[in-house]
Amino acid sequence: MKLGILINEGPYTHQASDTAYLFTKAAIEKGHKIHRVFFYNDGVYNSSRLTEPPQDDRHVVNRWQKLAKDHRIDLVVCVAAALRRGIKDENLQEGFRISGLGQLIETGIQSDRLVTFGD
Amino acid sequence: MTEATGGIEMEEDSAGKVKKFLYVNRKAPYGTIYALESLEVVLIAAAFDQEVSLAFLDDGVYQIVKGQHTKPIDVKNFSPTYRALEGYDIEKLYVEKESMEARGLKQEDFLVPVKVIGAQEMSALMDSQDVILSF
Repeated sequence: MKLGILINEGPYTHQASDTAYLFTKAAIEKGHKIHRVFFYNDGVYNSSRLTEPPQDDRHVVNRWQKLAKDHRIDLVVCVAAALRRGIKDENLQEGFRISGLGQLIETGIQSDRLVTFGD
Repeated sequence: MTEATGGIEMEEDSAGKVKKFLYVNRKAPYGTIYALESLEVVLIAAAFDQEVSLAFLDDGVYQIVKGQHTKPIDVKNFSPTYRALEGYDIEKLYVEKESMEARGLKQEDFLVPVKVIGAQEMSALMDSQDVILSF
C-alpha cells in the first residue's frame, strides 16, 4: 500500500512524531511504500538542525533524517508553517525540504491512505 | 513552483484524479492555531479540483460563529474567510448537531450556510470520504 504521513505536532512535547516514526518504520518493514511525510503546524519543528536533546534521549530529528536516507523518503516541511515558526533553509536538517501545502494535497490524492499524527 | 497550488505543477500525475476530501475542525478558533492553519490548507486545496467538504465538531463549531471580535486579544479575526469559501466552490459545510446544541448554538448563529447533521450522519459522511484531514 502507498501511504502518506502527516505530522502536526513538534518533537518531545508531544508523542505524535515518535508514533509517526515508529509507524512509518514498521510500514516500510512490512513492505509498504511511503509516498511522502509532510510536516505541518508545530510539526515543522521536527526538521530543525539546531535540535540538541540530552545524550541519553532519542534524537527525533536525526532519526527522521536517517530513515529518509535509508529508504529514500520525501520529507516535506510546509513553507507557511515553517516561516511562521522560524524554520528556514539555513536551519533545516539535511534530508528535509521546504515546500508548499500543495504537497500535502498531492499526498492525499496519490496515496492509498493518508495517516495523520497529531493532537 | 506555483503560488496558487502550493508548489505543485498541476500537470503532474495528480491531474484528473478526483478524491473526496473532508476537513474536520474540532478546535476553537483562537487559543491554538489549528483552526487558522486548517483553513489555509482548505484554501490551497481549492486549487486542486477535488471534492471538498468541511465538518465542524466539538469546539470547532465556534470557528464559524457570527460576531467574532478579536481585537482585545490582538489576534487576526479570520472568520470572514469562511464566507469566501463559496467563491472557491467549497459549499459543503457540515455542523454536528450534538456539538452545536451542547454549546447553546443555533443554525442562525453561523456566518455561512451549513447543513446540521447528527453524530450518526456525521459518521456516515466520514465513512464516505477518501481523505480526512483533522485539525
